[in-house]
Amino acid sequence: MTTDLATSDPATATHAAPPPLAEPSGWHEIRLTVNGAPVTAQVESRLLLSDFLRDRLRLTGTHVGCEHGVCGACTVLVDGEPARSCLTLAVQCAGAELRTVEGLAPGDAPLTPVQRAFHECHGMQCGFCTPGFVMTATALTEQPQRPDAADVADALSGHLCRCTGYRNIRRAVCQALDERFADGPAGRGE
Amino acid sequence: MRRPERPGGSRLKPTPFDYSAPGSVGEVLALLADEEREAKVLAGGQSLIPMLSMRLARPGLLVDITRVPGLDRLYADASGALHIGAAVRQSRAADDPVVRDGWPLLAAAIRRIGHPQIRHRGTVCGSLAHHDPAAELPAAALALDARFVIAGPGGTRTVGAADFFVATFQTAVAPDELLTEVVLPPRAGDGWAFEELARRHGDFATVGVAVTLRRAPDRRTVAAARAVFCGAGPVPVRLPAVEEALTGTDAGAAALDAAASAALAGLMPADDVHATAAYRREAAAHLLVRACTLAWERCS
Ligand SMILES: Cc1cc2nc3c(=O)[nH]c(=O)nc-3n(C[C@H](O)[C@H](O)[C@H](O)COP(=O)(O)OP(=O)(O)OC[C@H]3O[C@@H](n4cnc5c(N)ncnc54)[C@H](O)[C@@H]3O)c2cc1C
Ligand code: FES
Ligand code: FES
Repeated sequence: MTTDLATSDPATATHAAPPPLAEPSGWHEIRLTVNGAPVTAQVESRLLLSDFLRDRLRLTGTHVGCEHGVCGACTVLVDGEPARSCLTLAVQCAGAELRTVEGLAPGDAPLTPVQRAFHECHGMQCGFCTPGFVMTATALTEQPQRPDAADVADALSGHLCRCTGYRNIRRAVCQALDERFADGPAGRGE
Repeated sequence: MRRPERPGGSRLKPTPFDYSAPGSVGEVLALLADEEREAKVLAGGQSLIPMLSMRLARPGLLVDITRVPGLDRLYADASGALHIGAAVRQSRAADDPVVRDGWPLLAAAIRRIGHPQIRHRGTVCGSLAHHDPAAELPAAALALDARFVIAGPGGTRTVGAADFFVATFQTAVAPDELLTEVVLPPRAGDGWAFEELARRHGDFATVGVAVTLRRAPDRRTVAAARAVFCGAGPVPVRLPAVEEALTGTDAGAAALDAAASAALAGLMPADDVHATAAYRREAAAHLLVRACTLAWERCS
């Protein structure tokens, strides 16, 4: 994983102590890994992971729709598993390894098979839901065995899309899975 | 879940609280006993964090129990009973081969919770302690004769499933106590099924039913039956009349009809925005028949 975030992005910067608050509230120092780069930050206990990523690390690829767990736009990978960043506190992620959509193809790196499939299959229209779908689909392609159709439907049901009608999203995910599992369960589709 | 109001288009934000991730059950209990600030257990956060963001809950301190060593244990003991610690995530339990082989009803009920993105973080014990009346796991726990191990200031006690679920969002766990694990006795050979009606895949059940059936040694009759409904009252509902209608029968059409009639007569669900009571009752009777048919086929 490249760490080009370090030069262009505050992700790797150690965040200075926060300004004092009017009301008492616990602040904690957390250390975690975001897209392969180590991050140390002071966070307020109540800071949601989605807001930490977007407002503090300026990783605005993670979108925020409903902010109560229903739409899936904010889905990121926490230790490899897709999870709602709006239903996770930043402070719960101390020691965790996070991946967001920015980490998939940083800088000039080629798109991942999942990203390419969304492009080729027209798996998006406005794109608001896309980062969440892409992270869930990425986790599906990283499973040791090809997930069956029911597992794919179950995983995609955790995301809402108001534009596409889902068919092209499912096609994209199937294309990425075909590529990844072309040589049997151990094959690497890249 | 109700859509929150957002005055001025502002973001959803919890009120301020402190956070602690202690390393032992003793420390958890000491923090929960804090009388200065209202302390609340934080497990997977999949029910609690939305409530914080909507400011329906305003705790002073969250005690994250997922880093307590030992609470993440999931194992079958020497007697064959399954122990699920408070930090065990729903996905992990549903995917565990021991759970799938020995307690397939539990695995099936977990897979009906929301979506994988929720189950990766939500815990089994968190769902039981939260006790939403439409949730799947309380019904499954009652069908499987779960025992609940609760640690508190006065020591540790064990509560049976019949006494654990007290009312909507209320259980035998007091605010200064911790549900440390749930224990399921071995149920080898029982047929099982979890059937539910939900508006969309992944939604809470409008109504649902967990069924277990056991074949008598003659292999032709029902030796024991258990049927527990969710979404049908403030606590998981077990109807003796339904179970009596099945026990001793061949689980054939007449017996299933009698069980469905007993469910129609005995269930007293509430009207709400999702469904009328009459619709829920009718749906529950159909789900019961389907679940009994499946469970009978799955008996070994
Ligand atoms: C989009 C979405 C869909 C969902 N769909 C479903 C569904 O279909 N069916 C369903 O059943 N659930 C559903 N859920 C809820 C989910 O199952 C939660 O994970 C579960 O209800 C709570 O578990 P948790 O570990 O996240 O607990 P938390 O949210 O951390 O805690 C919930 C409550 O229980 C208390 N608590 C937690 N653990 C303990 C303990 N060990 N001892 C004492 N108190 C404790 C907390 O203090 C809190 O009050 C859904 C959630 C979302 C966001
Ligand atoms: S913003 Fe997190 S699920 Fe909608
Ligand atoms: S592409 Fe617009 S919401 Fe999915």
